[in-house]
Amino acid sequence: MNLGPHADFIVAAYAVAAFVVAALIAWVVLDHAAQRRIIGDLEERGVTRRARRKE
Amino acid sequence: MAVIDLANPTRFLALVNRVLPWLVAATALVFAIGLYRAAYAPDDYQQGATVKIMFLHVPAAWLGMMGWVIMSAAALGTLVWRHPLADVAGKAAAPIGAAFTLICLITGALWGRPTWGTYWVWDARLTSVLILFLLYLGVMALYWTAEEPGRGARAAAILTLVGAVNIPIIKFSVDWWNTLHQPASIVRLGGATVDVSILVPLLIMAGAFTLLFITLHLAAMRNEILRRRVRTMRLLQAQTLSEART
Repeated sequence: MNLGPHADFIVAAYAVAAFVVAALIAWVVLDHAAQRRIIGDLEERGVTRRARRKE
Repeated sequence: MAVIDLANPTRFLALVNRVLPWLVAATALVFAIGLYRAAYAPDDYQQGATVKIMFLHVPAAWLGMMGWVIMSAAALGTLVWRHPLADVAGKAAAPIGAAFTLICLITGALWGRPTWGTYWVWDARLTSVLILFLLYLGVMALYWTAEEPGRGARAAAILTLVGAVNIPIIKFSVDWWNTLHQPASIVRLGGATVDVSILVPLLIMAGAFTLLFITLHLAAMRNEILRRRVRTMRLLQAQTLSEART
């Protein structure tokens, strides 16, 4: 594959796109792990999503 | 599962957990095919190999605009029907749409330098896409700086609907004004003017970008639902602690 005299521009475009997509994927994956961890910690401390009924 | 059931966040989460692995696999597969076809697509007779930048630039531009269309539909859902997942969908789509618009702007600049002789000109198409990117940042700021999610969602929904005016401006800017950017060559009356040897890899890459957007959007919506659960649990925890003290 010969990218010709403007190979730098083509490679840079693909590198930037790959970096932005990788950052998006990392954001989604790390955010999911963080939210699951926080929910796990709260549940361990007995916190639930339902308010206790008043007796 | 009826469509109306998806209004229930718990059922929506169950569906996303089932669908997401298949979407990830389909996205990776279509990207592999698209990148292979893009790598071995013939050079353009005028632009040479720089036409390969089009396989990123055009799908990113389409998805940048599609993100705003999705957010506009979500904004209607927030303001008119108060659908429980509408502002979740809007908030989750904003960073993804912004990222695709950023890819479009940067790859466009890198394509413009060898073909036009400049990275940037203030013509109608480029400027309206830059405005779209700034609008994305504005919506993200409204969502992320509001202390109460509902208030932030309403403000962001209003800005989204106002900003929707920019979408037809982007699409038709090359017809309405004399711009350096070329006119539409794919989505146009009379059919595409691009040769099939370049059009096919472009459409495969557009499919890959669309699958990537859907996958990331569903995953980000799942995260946002979990974030709201965390908020609810912390509020209940605080309420329980204050009741215990009194």
